[in-house]
Amino acid sequence: MDTIADMGGMQGFGPVQLTAPDDPPFHEDWERRAFAMALLSMRVSGTNLDAFRHALNRQHPLDYLGEGYYGRWLKCAENLLTDSSIIAPGAVEARARKLAGEDVDEPPAPEPNKPDYSPTGPGSIRQIDTPPKFAVGDRVRAKDIHPLGHTRLARYARGRVGVVEILQPAHLFPDTHAHFLGENAQHVYNVSFSSDELWGPEAEPFELRMDLYEDYLEPAE
Amino acid sequence: MTFETETTRLPVALRTEALESILLERNLVDPKVMDTYIRMYESDIGPMNGAKVVAKAWVDSEYKARLLEEGTSAIAELGFKGPQGEHIVVLENTPDVHNAVVCTLCSCYPWPVLGLPPTWYKDPGYRSRMVREPRALLAELGLPLDDDVEIRVWDSSSEVRYMILPERPPGTEGLSEEELAALVTRDAMVGVAKVSAPA
Repeated sequence: MDTIADMGGMQGFGPVQLTAPDDPPFHEDWERRAFAMALLSMRVSGTNLDAFRHALNRQHPLDYLGEGYYGRWLKCAENLLTDSSIIAPGAVEARARKLAGEDVDEPPAPEPNKPDYSPTGPGSIRQIDTPPKFAVGDRVRAKDIHPLGHTRLARYARGRVGVVEILQPAHLFPDTHAHFLGENAQHVYNVSFSSDELWGPEAEPFELRMDLYEDYLEPAE
Repeated sequence: MTFETETTRLPVALRTEALESILLERNLVDPKVMDTYIRMYESDIGPMNGAKVVAKAWVDSEYKARLLEEGTSAIAELGFKGPQGEHIVVLENTPDVHNAVVCTLCSCYPWPVLGLPPTWYKDPGYRSRMVREPRALLAELGLPLDDDVEIRVWDSSSEVRYMILPERPPGTEGLSEEELAALVTRDAMVGVAKVSAPA
C-alpha cells in the first residue's frame, strides 16, 4: 500500500528541531502505556512484526500525523487486536465513552480469530540455501511495483537504478509475512543510489543506501 | 469535505486508558510485563550503551576492527543485544565520509545500543528530508559539512540496524574510556552531530 507512512522525499513538513540529549523516550504517561500495549498486542493477536508495521501504516493520514508517535502505536495495537477478533470493532471507543461517564452499550468480546501461522524461528533473519541472484557491484533496478498489501519498497526508490554494495543476511519477506502468506526468506541487498538518479540533476550530491529484498530487484543494464 | 477520524472523536489518552482497561479485565496482558517493558526503555537501555561501544572502539583498535567487521557480535561482547538489534552494522565517520541514518517508512532504530528513538528522529520533517536534502538538513541541525565531505544516508528499510561510529574529537588523548563515553551523544551515533571535546 502507498500510505502516509512512506515519507521519503515528501516536502512541506518544515524545519526539524533536535531535542535535548536527556529528552526522555516518553513525555506523557499514556505514551508509556500505548508503547507497552502495542508491543504486547503482537503476541496477544498472534501476529508478527511485519503485521505490526502494516497495522501502523494503515491509518488515516490525519490520525497518523495528528495523534503523535505513540498515538499511532495505540491505533496499531487496536488494528492488530480487531484484525484477530480479540476485541470488537468500536470496543475501544465504547469503553472510552463509558470511562468518560457516558451511558453506552459495549460490544461483546468476539470469538478470537488469530491468523493460522507460526514462525519457523525467532526474529527475522534466516539461513537459506538459495544462491543470491545478485553480487556486489551489480547494477540493479528497484521494480516499479505498487503492492496492494504491506511493502518495504519505498516509493522514491521504485524504478531507480543503483549498485549492490553489501549482501545482507537473508530475511523474512515483509510483503508476504505481514499477511501470513509465508516467510519467503530471501536475500537482502544494500544498494547505493546517486542523488541525481533519485531526485534529478538539481539534487544536492550525496549517496543514498537502502536495503532491498531480492523480490524488489531486477537486473539493470 | 470533512474527515471522520480518530482525532475528531476522543482524546488519545482516554482511548489508551480504554484499551488498557479492556485488556486487563480480560487478563490478556500482564500489567507487570507492561511495567517491565516501560522501565527497561526508560532506565536500562539507551544511548549510554552505544556510548560505551564507541569509547571502547576509540581506545582499542582490535575491538574497533571487530566492530566494523561484525557489529552485532562486537556489541554483544559488551552485553548489548535484544529486540531491534538482530543485525547491527556500524559505520565509521571520517573526515572524508559522513554517514547518517534515517527510517523513512517508520522509525527503525538500533534499540540495544541507542534505546527508543528521540522525537526528532520520528519527525516527518526528518524522515522526508534526510533522503532528499541531507546536506541542507544537517546544516540546519547545526552540522554544516564542507563540500568535499561525501555524505552517505542510510535508510533503514530492512531488519538491519545502523549505528554510527563518530570521529574521536582532537584533544581527548589523555581521557579514560569512561570519560570518553561521557562525551558521546545519541545524535552523533545517528550521524546528525559530531562529538565535541570537553570545553
